[in-house]
Amino acid sequence: MSIATEAAGLRFLLEIGVEEIPDWMIPGALENLRLLFEKLEIPHESVTMDATPRRLVLRADGMPARQADSQEKVMGPAKSAAAPAVAGFARKLGVKPEDLAVESTPKGEYYSFLKKVEGRRTIDILAEALPAIIPQIYFPKTMYWTGKGGVRFIRPIRWIVALLGDLTVPFELAGVRSGNLSSGHRRLGAPEVVVTIEDYEQRLRDHYVILSAEERRQRIANRMPGVRVKPDAALLETLVYITEYPTPITGSFDPQFLQLPEEVLVTVMRHHQKYFSVEDDHGGLAPQFVAVMNIDADSKGYVRDGNERVLRARFNDARFFWETDQKKKLADRVDDLKNVTFQKDIGSYYEKVGRVTALSDKLGGDGDARRAVRLCKCDLTTELVKEFTELQGVVGGLYAKAQGEPEAAWKAIYDHYKPESMEDAIPRSRTGQIVSLADKIDTLISCFRVGLIPTGSRDPYGLRRAAQGVVRILVEGKIEVALLDLLEGNQPLIEFFEDRIRFYFKDARNFKYDEVNAAMAAGWSNLVDLEERLSRIQSLRFTPDFEPLAASFKRIRNILEQAKFAGEAGFNPALLEEGPEKELYGEYLRIAGQPIESVISRLRPKVDLFFDKVLVNAPQEEVRQNRLKLLFELRKEFSKVADFSEIVTNS
Amino acid sequence: MSDMLSFQEIIFKLKQYWAERGCIIQEPYDVEVGAGTMVAETFLRVLGPRPYRVAYVQPSRRPADGRYGDNPNRLYKHCQLQVILKPSPEDVIEQYMGSLEAIGIDLRQHDFKLEEDNWEAPTLGAWGIGWQVMLDGLEISQFTYFQQCGGIDLEVVPAELTYGLERITAFLQVKNSVYDIDWTKDFTYGDVRYNDELQYSVYNFEMADIPTLWKLFELHEGEAARLLKAYDPKSSDKRRFPLLPTYDQVLKCSNLFNTLDSRGAISVTERQMVIQRVRKLAVAVAKAWSDQQQDQQQGVAQ
Repeated sequence: MSIATEAAGLRFLLEIGVEEIPDWMIPGALENLRLLFEKLEIPHESVTMDATPRRLVLRADGMPARQADSQEKVMGPAKSAAAPAVAGFARKLGVKPEDLAVESTPKGEYYSFLKKVEGRRTIDILAEALPAIIPQIYFPKTMYWTGKGGVRFIRPIRWIVALLGDLTVPFELAGVRSGNLSSGHRRLGAPEVVVTIEDYEQRLRDHYVILSAEERRQRIANRMPGVRVKPDAALLETLVYITEYPTPITGSFDPQFLQLPEEVLVTVMRHHQKYFSVEDDHGGLAPQFVAVMNIDADSKGYVRDGNERVLRARFNDARFFWETDQKKKLADRVDDLKNVTFQKDIGSYYEKVGRVTALSDKLGGDGDARRAVRLCKCDLTTELVKEFTELQGVVGGLYAKAQGEPEAAWKAIYDHYKPESMEDAIPRSRTGQIVSLADKIDTLISCFRVGLIPTGSRDPYGLRRAAQGVVRILVEGKIEVALLDLLEGNQPLIEFFEDRIRFYFKDARNFKYDEVNAAMAAGWSNLVDLEERLSRIQSLRFTPDFEPLAASFKRIRNILEQAKFAGEAGFNPALLEEGPEKELYGEYLRIAGQPIESVISRLRPKVDLFFDKVLVNAPQEEVRQNRLKLLFELRKEFSKVADFSEIVTNS
Repeated sequence: MSDMLSFQEIIFKLKQYWAERGCIIQEPYDVEVGAGTMVAETFLRVLGPRPYRVAYVQPSRRPADGRYGDNPNRLYKHCQLQVILKPSPEDVIEQYMGSLEAIGIDLRQHDFKLEEDNWEAPTLGAWGIGWQVMLDGLEISQFTYFQQCGGIDLEVVPAELTYGLERITAFLQVKNSVYDIDWTKDFTYGDVRYNDELQYSVYNFEMADIPTLWKLFELHEGEAARLLKAYDPKSSDKRRFPLLPTYDQVLKCSNLFNTLDSRGAISVTERQMVIQRVRKLAVAVAKAWSDQQQDQQQGVAQ
């Protein structure tokens, strides 16, 4: 059926009014809603998506009032049929028999009629589709609220605005009827706000809702006068999606708290209070913070006072923990780790430390690394880490420093959970890198050994992140070890690593997938070497001989596979034919052992000529085997950098 | 400030507010609990289809949070105002906000936010979806749409509002220590409660006899298990069966577990197992209660 537009130009507005949606889920949900809408395949010129914590909004332009009419062919009785049958067919269609057409088909001549099908009204399509697609918006965790078996969504849906032009798109979802009633800011706006498509955004603004995330972002960024805020893009995003009318305010705290480590202060402010930290003129931490309110002003200073008091209490707690923890050194806490379970089937952290020590030795760790491994988990028994779990490692490092441990050791402890994300840096020192590697590899081996293998989105022990960390430290730290030798031959773990390595080079380093496949097919245990080979392939790719040669290698692979040739035959140069075959062999002997970059331009014409003139499948078995062997050796010699037959070529 | 509300006036006003909205005002339950949710008025009443509305102050014991009365913000025992609205009304958030206005908080002058915080109680087989309510950066309440209780998917979704009364009062009275808040015009919170905090901290952290507590735990566990085994869903007389007293035994176990934990008597490995033991009982009570009440409803209908 054709869906050409009849009369373009209607605007569409959908606002799903929801109780506060967790900020981090909003951008994903919007994208999801957009896709669901696009799938309806209703023509439109543009779609814009917006959201606040309390509303997901889709606006589209240029929609037709109805879909175009179409024609449907209806087949009738055979031409030879009796007149009453023909009349009956015509009557059913509401036409006269003379309006029918006659069509010849392979079976003979038949009556037929082109029936006009009226295009459906867009409003009807939407009214039917929207209640079905809204609950399909993906959220990581949903709830029901109208009763068991009721609609599931991220939080209860409380109102729905659905307008097409001047009309309401009528439907009901979870007991909510769509209409033209939106809702303003919880405290500053009216609970019911009548809107039209034209005045929608302005009406929300009148009721203290800034619809555009970008505008809220700018409003936050532009209203922090007189303070140097530490840039924090992730926190800014959180605040943008946790507010409908954001206004920053500056508060301060007692400078005596600056004696506490900056990491602790910043964590309290950022993670627990969602405050921006402020820098002084020298780049150090200033005794100030910026909080973002969901309100227009703090005219009486209540909000600032309240936040300052909360922060003071939190800092007091942190100081209390810091002082308590200092009473027992990390070194005296090692035995306490026997009572801290890493995982019930794997055992305690005490046992883990034993295994990590062995791994660290294997990786070439020195005395500082050993010391760091011994102490690195001890902070799990401290009050400060129990309170601020995200500071594990960092707190251990700070305590080790305060307790006079060598610099290399405390820095390694401090860094040993790094990198915690693709954006995070790897540990800054070699000692830190080795401790981190040993810890992560042990976690992976131990979990895989007891069957804790990530599936789909479930990865409770963060094994993907751990493996990704291992890959990044090895590559970016230029640590040349045979990774495969450390994986104890655990096949699922080896495949898991293959995936992570592929992901890293492809998605984080932007190598082409076929380059990654080609390079990995030639081995990947030494990741430093793999990276170097990948860079070589990448530069080779731009040379004119590369793709044709890759295509030839693919041909060689196919020939060898078809012949089921595994290289076992002997090679007899005397069987070579004069001309292209001998020339190829000669070239092979001359360039074997040289880097591919310097020989590719010489090799390619010889290979091309060989395939042009020589029949590999020679009638004589002896000659055929000899040719296969030549190709086999050629491929082997030039597949040390990569298996070029994996390269996808245009030819 | 003479017009400032005292601790007890705040409680009076909140109770009044919820009474006006159809809540039964219950008195605190007389068995030790860690949270208002654990009381049967919540734990069992949220099961089944029958509407219910109740509010009560529940002193809640968390032995590990005791600080000998030294810490300005942490208490062994604090008071929660627990509100259950079953089913949850559509304007439940507006009603909650109204309760804050009722105790004198002008929400146009304060920063009010709902931040994602899903509640879960593993020992009760219960969880819900919701928020922590932030007022000027301070968490003052927990707001939960119950989804499951005693391992059972709820037929009707209740809203649970839990107010941290000490925090809210300290906020309103602008006190930096909970002990300084005015319980009445003449008595501070410290006057009333300091001795509990000190003495229970000493008991929970230093003097509780571990073998005795374990023995008590096992006795209560055994009694609950014995009763549960005796419950017969097919009995014509089952409405007489003492499931509520059975549940008391479970609550006893839970509190003993918390005390043993604060005493440092439970290793991390054991912890999970003990939680499972308590959970098993709680889930069994919930299941039996659902069965018992279902038949009673039918009885009423006839």
